[in-house]
Amino acid sequence: NYIIGAFKPACNISITFSDGKTRKQVPLKKENGKTVMVPLFQSQENIAGKISVEPVQGKKVEHNGIKIELLGQIEMYFDRGNFYDFTSLVRELDVPGEIYERKTYPFEFSTVEMPYETYNGVNVRLRYVLKVRNYTPPPSINTSIKMEVGIEDCLHIEFEYNKSKYHLKDVIIGKIYFLLVRIKIKNMDLEIRRRESTGSGANTHVETETLAKFELMDGAPVRGESIPIRLFLSPYELTPTHRNINNKFSVKYYLNLVLVDEEDRRYFKQQEVTIYRLADTS
Amino acid sequence: MISDGIEDEEKWLAEGIAGIQHNAFYMHRALDSNNLREALKYSSQLLSELRTSRLSPHKYYDLYMRAFDELRRLEMFFKDEDKHGCSVVDLYELVQHAGNILPRLYLLCTVGSVYIKSKEAPAKDVLKDLVEMCRGVQHPLRGLFLRSYLAQVSRDKLPDIGSEYEGDGDTVNDAVEFVLQNFAEMNKLWVRMQHQGPIMVKDKLEKERNELRDLVGKNLHVLSQIEGVDLEMYKDTVLPRVLEQVVNCKDELAQYYLMDCIIQVFPDEYHLQTLEILLGACPQLQPTVDVKTVLSQLMERLSNYAASSPEVLPEFLQVEAFTKLSSAIGKVIAAQVDMPIVGAITLYVSLLTFTLRVHPDRLDYVDQVLGACVKKLSGKAKLEDSKATKQVVALLSAPLEKYSDIVTALTLSNYPRVMDHLDNGTNKVMAMVIIQSIMKNNTRVSTAEKVEVLFELIKGLIKDLDGTPMDELDEEDFKEEQNSVARLIHMLYNDDPEEMLKIICTVRKHIMTGGSTRLPFTIPPLVFSALKLVRRLQGQDGDVAGEEDPATPKKIFQLLNQTIESLSSIPFPELALRLYLQCAEAANDCDIEPVAYEFFTQAFVLYEEEVADSKAQVTAIHLIIGTLQKMNVFGVENRDTLTHKATGYSAKLLKKPDQCRAVYACSHLFWVDDQDGIKDGERVLLCLKRSLRIANAAQQMANVTRGSSGPVTLFVEILNKYLYFFEKGNPQITSAAIQGLIELIRTEMQNDTSTTDPASDAFFASTLRYIEFQKQKGGAMGEKYDPIKV
Repeated sequence: NYIIGAFKPACNISITFSDGKTRKQVPLKKENGKTVMVPLFQSQENIAGKISVEPVQGKKVEHNGIKIELLGQIEMYFDRGNFYDFTSLVRELDVPGEIYERKTYPFEFSTVEMPYETYNGVNVRLRYVLKVRNYTPPPSINTSIKMEVGIEDCLHIEFEYNKSKYHLKDVIIGKIYFLLVRIKIKNMDLEIRRRESTGSGANTHVETETLAKFELMDGAPVRGESIPIRLFLSPYELTPTHRNINNKFSVKYYLNLVLVDEEDRRYFKQQEVTIYRLADTS
Repeated sequence: MISDGIEDEEKWLAEGIAGIQHNAFYMHRALDSNNLREALKYSSQLLSELRTSRLSPHKYYDLYMRAFDELRRLEMFFKDEDKHGCSVVDLYELVQHAGNILPRLYLLCTVGSVYIKSKEAPAKDVLKDLVEMCRGVQHPLRGLFLRSYLAQVSRDKLPDIGSEYEGDGDTVNDAVEFVLQNFAEMNKLWVRMQHQGPIMVKDKLEKERNELRDLVGKNLHVLSQIEGVDLEMYKDTVLPRVLEQVVNCKDELAQYYLMDCIIQVFPDEYHLQTLEILLGACPQLQPTVDVKTVLSQLMERLSNYAASSPEVLPEFLQVEAFTKLSSAIGKVIAAQVDMPIVGAITLYVSLLTFTLRVHPDRLDYVDQVLGACVKKLSGKAKLEDSKATKQVVALLSAPLEKYSDIVTALTLSNYPRVMDHLDNGTNKVMAMVIIQSIMKNNTRVSTAEKVEVLFELIKGLIKDLDGTPMDELDEEDFKEEQNSVARLIHMLYNDDPEEMLKIICTVRKHIMTGGSTRLPFTIPPLVFSALKLVRRLQGQDGDVAGEEDPATPKKIFQLLNQTIESLSSIPFPELALRLYLQCAEAANDCDIEPVAYEFFTQAFVLYEEEVADSKAQVTAIHLIIGTLQKMNVFGVENRDTLTHKATGYSAKLLKKPDQCRAVYACSHLFWVDDQDGIKDGERVLLCLKRSLRIANAAQQMANVTRGSSGPVTLFVEILNKYLYFFEKGNPQITSAAIQGLIELIRTEMQNDTSTTDPASDAFFASTLRYIEFQKQKGGAMGEKYDPIKV
């Protein structure tokens, strides 16, 4: 990703992080659909490195000073171009002058507070011009979700998800018990739905998208049958749950259990789960 | 509409195949270039073709097999980590990312198989996971095939005893547990199939379902192949679990098939040791299940097992196989109230076959089976169901075949009671079977007691049973039957005359109830059998003194007299007459004059009173003459009386030629060519002369009535008689008389009115040749003949 747009293309600017070789890189999908690898940072980390400015051959670069800025932005797509910066850190690197040849400046932002994660949504994007990812310790309380639902005299099921909070690479384990089946079920899916709400008050905009549609069952079960659930979350592009980020947006995840009968009627039950990011052990 | 359905199905199948082929092509390409991601993608698409609901099991199988082949290639690829660079553990997760369940589970099973093989995880964990995950497919057809695939790929990877996957906590228990669970789930799916689709096509559904049964049964086969399933495990785990599934599924088709499967796939020895458990399930099956076939199969197997080696027999005794089977059958019959009687009897037939093969020495068992059958039949008068009847016949025939000795069957107290339940026709058939068995095996029935039982058994042949109208009987069959009875009577024999007499009395008692149509068949053999006894006694007279109820010829003759009398009371006088004569002859040999005389008297009385037909009279009189001629017991007076009667009746026959012949036959009565036989030449001549007179009269009568005299046959016959007595040295027969007779015949032959008959001419010519021959022979006889000119 580009870091800052303050320079004209009269010179090449490159940034290297001091731990650039070892720092973890993650893919990031750009607006044009291409994926690039970007370095990954966490809150409270030091961001240090060097910037080198190299004028195009034989030319000089006049500048009004060189500075490096770390921005945390939230961008609403419906209000394009309007960035809301929640973080802005600046380091002055040079006074105004001219550069004739390659010049390198070291920089460092130490223990930077980056409260929010980078997020790319439908209507909203949160980005650091450095990519930031925060890890959450495993939640201390993580109860299973167990629920009995049904339509009277028609369908009674009990479902169980082993947790209510899942990390991004987690596996949802569970079971669905069929207590009463009087309809001809064709199949059953588990969907992961993401609800992104942006704005506030009257301007709140809610967008829901289905990120995963995972078939759990094929055919019609009979009473007493129990169907296992095992859904690996890793293949899906999930983000952690975000609750009211800077009063600008929220992202919530739901597990939606959908039963479809032979007449293509859908019976479903939606259940919120929290997604969090767990530190990579590797 | 329906034909459209079939065409559509063909089309859908073709589409499915095309889909598989298309994706297989890309999958192969991915495999060749070691591209795991692409391989998974295309294999998943390929497997998606199996998601169809539109094919019948048959067609679906076709599709499945094609996918199966492709999965084999994929499995090879998975095994080779070098090619795809993904550890099997990761692969196991990776394939679970597939969104559609069916391709996902097929891939999971495929990787699972590789996973077990890699031994990176305990086989039991992988197996357990696979069999659990497969629950996600609840569609019967697709689920069955998926689980069948699982069974197939896991088959050689079960942690069986001696298998490389055993150990480290993987025991045969896990293998069994896995197969049992897969079996239970498959069976549930299979049973559920019937509830799919509209009712109208129920028959078709059942047929389709039947096609799939081997997929389910295969699991039992796998179980039976697991080395580690020893008797104990079979008894404690496998069988109870399988039976639980069988009983609980409450499905007729499944129950029948699976019971049969259990019986067929597991070793006989196990069945024997677990009979109680296996049999315990039978009464719990649905009432419509064909339990009888199931049990029959079981008993069949067990009897084969027993027959295979004598060493196993103690096992049968030890586990009380018979008692258990017997009580199980009782329970099944009690539980299935709607079972037709034929079903119950079929069961008893199987049990009986089993008993006969396994415990041939236990007649009490056999009787017990028959007893149970009687109990079942009681309350119903006669069987009307022809199939049931057939089974009863089988039931009754089995002991006969086995023991090839009716005597054994006779000791079975319930045997006749079973027979009582047969309708009259079948009863007879059965009786015939019994008789034929006796004939075939040449069985001697040697005590009166057994004869009594035997005749009780075959009473259908001996007398009219209630309610059989006579006119329904086929005459030929009837004759056949009665002839069989007659033959049977000859098979009853005991060396001891006392017992033999008892036998005869018993037989007599029975056959006398037979009525006028049977007596002519049954009395003669009885009479001859009695006469045989008489002859036997004749050889050893005197020994019998002192016995309380001695079997003396006299006694037998009294019996015979009464017996034959009953024949004459019904219109069979000719037969009675013959029998009287036979008896007379026997009495003669026994030197009992009064008895012989009595028999002759009876014969004559019959002749006088009952034999009216002229032809019959001719036959009868000749018989009388013949028999009488042989008699030497009579004193002069008695003899005179009888011969007088005989000649008298001879001359009173209706037709002249008959008269003539009878009279010249009488001549023998006065000349017995024995040492101390009577030789009354005068009366011989008298007879011959009389016959000549009659012959003359016959010729004249013929002249008057037909205008031509008859042939000279009679004269030639008389000439022969003359020659006979001449040769025997009767002084009253002279060569002159013979000469005269020859001349007479010649004259008769030249008579215009005589009809020429080549036969009688030839007869005469040869008679003359004989005289010539004798003359030329010379010696005493030649001299004697010399005066005669021919």
